[in-house]
Amino acid sequence: MIRAVDIHKHFGPVEVLKGVSLEVGKGEVVAVIGPSGSGKSTFLRCLIHLETIHRGSIEIEGEPLVTTDGSGACRYVSEASIRRVCGKMGMVFQHFNLFPHLTVLQNIIEAPMTVKGLRRDEVVPKAEALLKKVGLFDKRDSYPSRLSGGQKQRVAIARALAMEPDIMLFDEPTSALDPELTGEVLRTMRGLADEHMTMVVVTHEMGFAREVASRVIFMADGAIVEEQPAREFFASPQHPRTRAFLESML
Amino acid sequence: MNYVFDIMPPLLQGTGVTLQVFIITLLLSVPLGLALALVRLSRFRVLGGVVNGYIWLMRGTPLMLQMLFIYFALPFVPVIGIRLPDFPAAILAFTLNYAAYFAEIFRAGIQSIDRGQYEGARVLGLTYPQTMRRIVLPQVVKRILPPMSNETITLVKDTSLIYVLAMNDLLRAARGIVQRDFTISPFVVAAAFYLIMTLVLTYGFQRLEKKYAVYD
Repeated sequence: MIRAVDIHKHFGPVEVLKGVSLEVGKGEVVAVIGPSGSGKSTFLRCLIHLETIHRGSIEIEGEPLVTTDGSGACRYVSEASIRRVCGKMGMVFQHFNLFPHLTVLQNIIEAPMTVKGLRRDEVVPKAEALLKKVGLFDKRDSYPSRLSGGQKQRVAIARALAMEPDIMLFDEPTSALDPELTGEVLRTMRGLADEHMTMVVVTHEMGFAREVASRVIFMADGAIVEEQPAREFFASPQHPRTRAFLESML
Repeated sequence: MNYVFDIMPPLLQGTGVTLQVFIITLLLSVPLGLALALVRLSRFRVLGGVVNGYIWLMRGTPLMLQMLFIYFALPFVPVIGIRLPDFPAAILAFTLNYAAYFAEIFRAGIQSIDRGQYEGARVLGLTYPQTMRRIVLPQVVKRILPPMSNETITLVKDTSLIYVLAMNDLLRAARGIVQRDFTISPFVVAAAFYLIMTLVLTYGFQRLEKKYAVYD
């Protein structure tokens, strides 16, 4: 589903990604962990073109987003193709990024109506079904400011799902939440994983990585240090940096 | 009291002129200001620089000077030289001037919107124009209501500057009667008229602010 090869990126003189490669298969749940500043969020943002890369290639479901030829010239596909390729993915942010001037329901139906041109009566039933799924049907007409952090994040998940993505990207979805609210968001994500949604999750939640992820990737200093099936990753981490990191998380 | 009724017709006529200048200027300068702000924030650096220069010019010289220039000097400018009657000249000067101030208000409003809103819209597939129209600008409107209220109230009173083009706005009408009858009551009546107009505006903006407060 996702095929990223040798991704390089720098912010000015600072190299944030030093040749990161990742392949994600259909239905896989990949957890990306690592210390802050390791480049894991930047890598995720590159996959959906919120950041541009300087070398490497990204393919989503076999369609190229960006390629680098033999001479090292990095080329993105056309604007229309970028839109189509990135449209296969949904994304959930650390700070939710809900639209504050729209109600919960309006947040969810905005993109299907504006982007896909669907009629209101076509999208509302689906939006309501999604709200039921994330357990927030009764908040349908509330504004985001009236919701708790956990509720906001669940609306954000429903909003992304409304565009029917094949892949969901999560950028530290529980890092801005009070500890007692992370559970409801993680449960919603676990529900998605149970439905075999392909997911890439940048997270600090080791419990989630251990129990839900099929594969865990440990990043540090802009590179992948270790990559293992979740069980092995936590049972027998190979790299000393991974061990040090896991110890510091406990 | 009878005297006040006697002077009403010219004062009401003056109020009509004042309101015309006010409303037409507002209708023209708000969209122009928004367009200027969008150009200034766009990736077209050169155009943005031109807009910057324009705003500097319009905010850096007196409105009265601009009005006198458009009315008296514009006819002698090569190529674009045209002679405008007093009313269009006044409207043009007011619109060009107020658009510069509105542009700055819009710019500040647009820049105050969190980057996350753009990113949230982008990953959902919205184009830049869609993001602006559906997500950013509706939030901008709410944030700029207080400075817009300020600026429109200032505009009501600034309309009195059109006396330099010998147009009979509310203040000039009042002054004419004062000089004729040697009494200051026309000034008091004019002040009351201005106060009523600004009261209506204040009330209108308060209503709008309340309306937009629902999502706070």
